[in-house]
Amino acid sequence: MAATYTLRAKHRRSRLRTLAFLSPWLIGFTVFFAYPMISTVYFSFMHYDGFKPPTWSGTKNWKYVFESYPFFWPALRNTLWLVVIMVTLRVLFGLGIGMLITKIKTGTGVFRTLFYLPYLAPPVAATMAFAFLLNPGTGPVNSMLEKIGIPAPGWFNDPDWSKPALTLMFLWGIGDLMVIFMAALLDVPKEQYEAAQLDGASAWQRFRFVTLPNISPIIMFAVVTGVISAMQCYTQPLVAGKVASGVIQGAGTMFEPGYPEHSTLTLPQLVYNLGFQRFDYGSACVVALVLFALSMAFTALLMRRRGGLIQAGD
Amino acid sequence: MAQDTAQLLERPVESKAPATPAERTARRKSLLEWIAVHSLGVAAALFFTLPFVFVFLTSLMSDSQALSRDLVPHTWEWSNYRKVFDTPGFLTWWKNTLIYAGLGTVLTVVSSVPVAYALAKFRFRGRNLTLMLVISMMMLPPQVVVIPMYLFWAKQLDLSGTLWPMIIPLAFGDAFSIFLLRQFLMTIPNEYVDAAKVDGCGDLRTLLRVILPMAKPGIAAIALFQFFNAWNDYFGPQIYASENPGAWTLSYGLESFKGAHHTDWNLTMAATMLVLAPVLIVFFFAQKAFVEGVTLTGVKG
Repeated sequence: MAATYTLRAKHRRSRLRTLAFLSPWLIGFTVFFAYPMISTVYFSFMHYDGFKPPTWSGTKNWKYVFESYPFFWPALRNTLWLVVIMVTLRVLFGLGIGMLITKIKTGTGVFRTLFYLPYLAPPVAATMAFAFLLNPGTGPVNSMLEKIGIPAPGWFNDPDWSKPALTLMFLWGIGDLMVIFMAALLDVPKEQYEAAQLDGASAWQRFRFVTLPNISPIIMFAVVTGVISAMQCYTQPLVAGKVASGVIQGAGTMFEPGYPEHSTLTLPQLVYNLGFQRFDYGSACVVALVLFALSMAFTALLMRRRGGLIQAGD
Repeated sequence: MAQDTAQLLERPVESKAPATPAERTARRKSLLEWIAVHSLGVAAALFFTLPFVFVFLTSLMSDSQALSRDLVPHTWEWSNYRKVFDTPGFLTWWKNTLIYAGLGTVLTVVSSVPVAYALAKFRFRGRNLTLMLVISMMMLPPQVVVIPMYLFWAKQLDLSGTLWPMIIPLAFGDAFSIFLLRQFLMTIPNEYVDAAKVDGCGDLRTLLRVILPMAKPGIAAIALFQFFNAWNDYFGPQIYASENPGAWTLSYGLESFKGAHHTDWNLTMAATMLVLAPVLIVFFFAQKAFVEGVTLTGVKG
């Protein structure tokens, strides 16, 4: 009897201790995640301009976003473009740079640092820099291209080139992927390469049958996190569009979303555009929920119980 | 020592005899490979560094030259940097950024450490669920919850136009920091915790006296990431501070700089350098913490 009592007391104490340690996050989760998520769902069915009290509007916001708001489908298309093209190129390039750095034998530290640095550039600073570098009129990139006789594209000022320009900038900031791939490549057991070599495998066969299977979880990780960050892509396309269009910004300035011709408009920008420029909070919440559904679908891929990439583990 | 010398003596002297054709092809092949790899490396290094070089060179040009296509400044206008500092607001943005980054970092570390510790070392029901929710929060685009959050801070608490809506939430744990630190704490063997318990340490004392000293690299990593998150943040200041230029941060103000100085690419690039440079300088002093953080979040826990 006494033993059970102390055991129970011990359990209660340990539960209290866990709660105490988790409490900052529990409060944060409730106030900054659970409450706003529920409110977002609530507002998506309300008409609300921030001044008059919200009124019930049923599925009107949903219909408006999907059927008459002219920017939703272009923004979704742009987001999917970034997800497919940019993520593919980033993974291929990141793997390439990661393999290159493991092969470099002289001055490894210097190369590694130089390849990593762009990853640290603040997004706005990187975008300002690329807007200047790729500026059709005055940018050094186009003047060099013209010198060697290659027709210079309009980059951020041309709807066909604005997304490739963004992609180029993201490829420049590949440092994090390089580090992750490098760590994975160095972890591949040397014996497997030696065994393959004894069997007479060519360089390509060694890559295909030894390297790839060993690093495939990291490739998956890079793809899924890449998809999630491509969907969140906000600052770079917004700033690139604003700088390229030459808009003077300040509080409350209106600008053409996704200059040029909506080509750099992404889903996160729509939330801002609808909510904070058109004061249509209800429709902004509809787009926010679309974004939520897409992000959570890919996050689930990251965390599947078995074969998930981030494991709870013990 | 004696043995080393013996080994040195025993090592066969490189033969002066002409190499066999097979040896020669092997040597030539590995030399060619060395050249190929390193020229690719130099090409990649140019791709990664030239943007920095061009931005720096342009920041030292006169305004008329910045519009020309010359790459190297005719006269080195170091005064451009003074002009940037003289721009109204620039010093205020600097100060605001330091407040946001500094205070935010302290709050993040203090609130995230106990949560990460509990997730790494306590066994309790719902631990996996908690971890999954932390990761979900980490993956959530900030735009998903921004409408209710903005209404909450602006309409209910009347705090728009200040830095507080960005700083206060950090006092309640930051999902990315919790996850990164939890990954780090998982690498510390449980035996240390058990030994502290046997010695009569309570949970708090175990955390403060035993775990924290060992977790320094992990804490350095989350502090650095949080500092740069604030430094880089554009969305937060745009939502909460845009109406009051007195509350702008460097990242947000930088973009308006291009507006205020319409065609002055030289001054704009000087301002860009001033936002870039501190990050690069800090990186040189804390390389290890950075790279460790990147690998920890990329590898299975």
